[in-house]
Amino acid sequence: MNLDEYHGVWVFIEEQESTIAPVSVELLGAGRQLADKRGVELAGVIIGSQVTTLASTVFEYGADVVYVYDQSIFKDYRTESYMKALLHCCETYKPEIILFGATSTGKDLASAVATDLPTGLTADTTELDVEEDTGLLLASRPAFGGNIMATILCKKYRPQMATVRPKVMKALEKEPGRTGKLIEEQIDIKEDDIRTKVLEIVQATTKKVRIDEADIIVAGGKGLGSAEGFQLIHRLAETLGGAVGASRDVVEAGWIEHHHQVGQTGVTVTPKIYFAIGISGAIQHLVGMKNSTMIIAINKDPDAPIFEACHYGIVGDAFEIIPLLVEQFSRAIAKEEVNHVGEV
Amino acid sequence: MLHIVACIKQVPDTKIIKMNPKTNTMDRASAPAILNPYDAHAVEEAVRIKKKYGGIVSVLTMGPPPAVKAIKKCIEIGADEGYMISDRRFAGADTLATSYALTKALDKIQKIRPVDLILCGKMTIDGDTGQVGPGIARRLDIPPLTSVKKVEAVHQEEGHIIVHRKIEDGHEVIQSTLPCLLSVEKEINEVPYSSFPNMIKAARYDPVIWSVDDLEDVDIKQLGLKGSPTIVAKVWAPPKPEGGKMLEGSPDDQVDQILSVILEKKELFQAKGGS
Repeated sequence: MNLDEYHGVWVFIEEQESTIAPVSVELLGAGRQLADKRGVELAGVIIGSQVTTLASTVFEYGADVVYVYDQSIFKDYRTESYMKALLHCCETYKPEIILFGATSTGKDLASAVATDLPTGLTADTTELDVEEDTGLLLASRPAFGGNIMATILCKKYRPQMATVRPKVMKALEKEPGRTGKLIEEQIDIKEDDIRTKVLEIVQATTKKVRIDEADIIVAGGKGLGSAEGFQLIHRLAETLGGAVGASRDVVEAGWIEHHHQVGQTGVTVTPKIYFAIGISGAIQHLVGMKNSTMIIAINKDPDAPIFEACHYGIVGDAFEIIPLLVEQFSRAIAKEEVNHVGEV
Repeated sequence: MLHIVACIKQVPDTKIIKMNPKTNTMDRASAPAILNPYDAHAVEEAVRIKKKYGGIVSVLTMGPPPAVKAIKKCIEIGADEGYMISDRRFAGADTLATSYALTKALDKIQKIRPVDLILCGKMTIDGDTGQVGPGIARRLDIPPLTSVKKVEAVHQEEGHIIVHRKIEDGHEVIQSTLPCLLSVEKEINEVPYSSFPNMIKAARYDPVIWSVDDLEDVDIKQLGLKGSPTIVAKVWAPPKPEGGKMLEGSPDDQVDQILSVILEKKELFQAKGGS
C-alpha cells in the first residue's frame, strides 16, 4: 500500500429526514482542525435519497468538498447499500482519514467498511490529533472499561478510520454563504442486490425526556444501595424538573434502563447542572459528563474520584442529604415563587 | 433444523480491575475472568430461538485455555456445543484480526453443520468496540444486523428473519435473508439462573479446541498482532481534574450551600414546559 496516494480528511455525514445529525456537525469542526494542521482538504460524504441540498450546510460548517450519493435506494439506512457507496468513494478518491459519529448507524457502517477495505478502525474516540508531517491519526479513547486512556494508531493502512463520541468535539460557528466543491457520484446498485429490507420504522410512543438534551440531570450510582434506594434519585430529579442519569453498574444491576446510562458506553451529556450521587467517578463515567457546566457530587467516601471532577462536593449520606434537598428546594421555590412546573 | 452459533468472549471484569499506576497496565490477576455480559444475552437469545423453532446452539470463542470456563457458562445457559480456537499465534489481535480468525473457525464449523444464524453481544466490556460482529458478517458475506433488541420471527423455510433494530427514539423492523449475523442489545432478554441439569452438563463438558493448524486456508499474516492494523501506541492515566470546593458543615448547612448555588441559575427552574 502506497500511503502517499491518500489525501484529505473526511467526515461521514449522518442524516435523518433531511436533517444532519449534530455529531456530524461536531466532526466537521474536529475534522477542520486535523485538515488545517495537515494542510489538506476537509470533505463531507453524504449518502441518502434527496440529500444533495444538505451539501450547502456541510460547506457552511467547514467542509471544502462534499461527495454526494443521492439515489432513491439510499432512502433507508442499510449497511449493505451505504457500505457500497462509501467503498466506492474511498476507492475513487482515497482519503487519509475518515471520521464517523459513534452512533448506531456510524458504528455499523464503519465496522463494515473497515473490514472490506481492510483497514484499522478505532471505536468511541474522545480525543483526536494528527501528526503534521506523516498524517498519522492519533485517536485516543478510554480503555479497559474506562480505567485508563489509550492512544490508538494505524500506521500501515489507509484510510485511517475512527468513530467519535457525540458531544465531545466542538462544532464550528456556521458561516453563512461559505461554499466549496460539490462532487455528485452514483453507483450501480439494484434493490435485488440488498439482502435486507426496512419493513417499518416505529417511533417510540412516549417521548421521554432525552437526557442528552436535559439542562438538569440527577444521576445515581451503586452508592444508593438498591433499586429502592435509587428511587430517591427519581424524587430529586422530579423536584428539580430534571432528567435521571445513572452509572454503568446501576444499569447492569437492572435498577434503571440503559438509555439513562451516562458514560463511555452510555450517553454523553452536557447539562447546566449535573448531580452525581453515590457515583464513585470511574473514567468510564467521567468522560460522559465532565463537560457539564456545574457538577455537584455527593458521596460517602471522601476519597471517591468524583470529588476531583466536581465543582462542589459533599461528603455525606445520600439518604440524609437528598430528602433535605428535596424539602428545602421545594420550600425555597415556593418562597421565591420560582415556578419550576410552569404552564405547558 | 436451525443451527445457531453465538460468538462469545471471556473478559476480565473491568468494573473491579485494578491498574498498575506505574506501568498503566491492567493487573489481570486483580479481576475475575467472566463471560462477557453482553454475550450471555446472545447465547440466551440463541437458546430461546432454538426452543421456539428447533435447532442446535453452538458457541465459539477465541482465547487462552482458561476461556473454556466461559464456554461452560454458555452450556449452563443452554448451548449444546462449544468450540474454541486457542493458539499463541492468535494473540494480540485487534478487531480486524479477531474477525478473521473467528471467520476461519466458522468456516470449519460450517463443514460440520451449515450455520443459519450467528449471534454476537453488542460489544465486549474489555474492548468496548462492537466491531467484531459486523466484521465477521462482512467476511462471510452475510448481512450484519446491529443493535437488535428483538427477534420477531425466524422463517427458515422462506429463508428470512425479522428483527427489531434499535434506532434513536424508537426501532426499525427489518427483514433479512438467512444466514445473517445479529449483534444483540442487553435489553433483548433476561438471562435466567441456570437449571441444575445444565449446570451438571456444563461441569462435565469439554469443548472442541482447535489451533491455527486445525483451521483451513489460514493466512498467518492476517492473525494476531501481525494481522492487526491498529496498535495501542500509549496508555496513560488521564490528567486528574483539579477538584472542586468541598462543602463543610452539618447536612443542613451543606444543603443550604447547594441550594444557594443552584438557585443562582434561576432561569433553569422557570417556565419549564410540562413535567
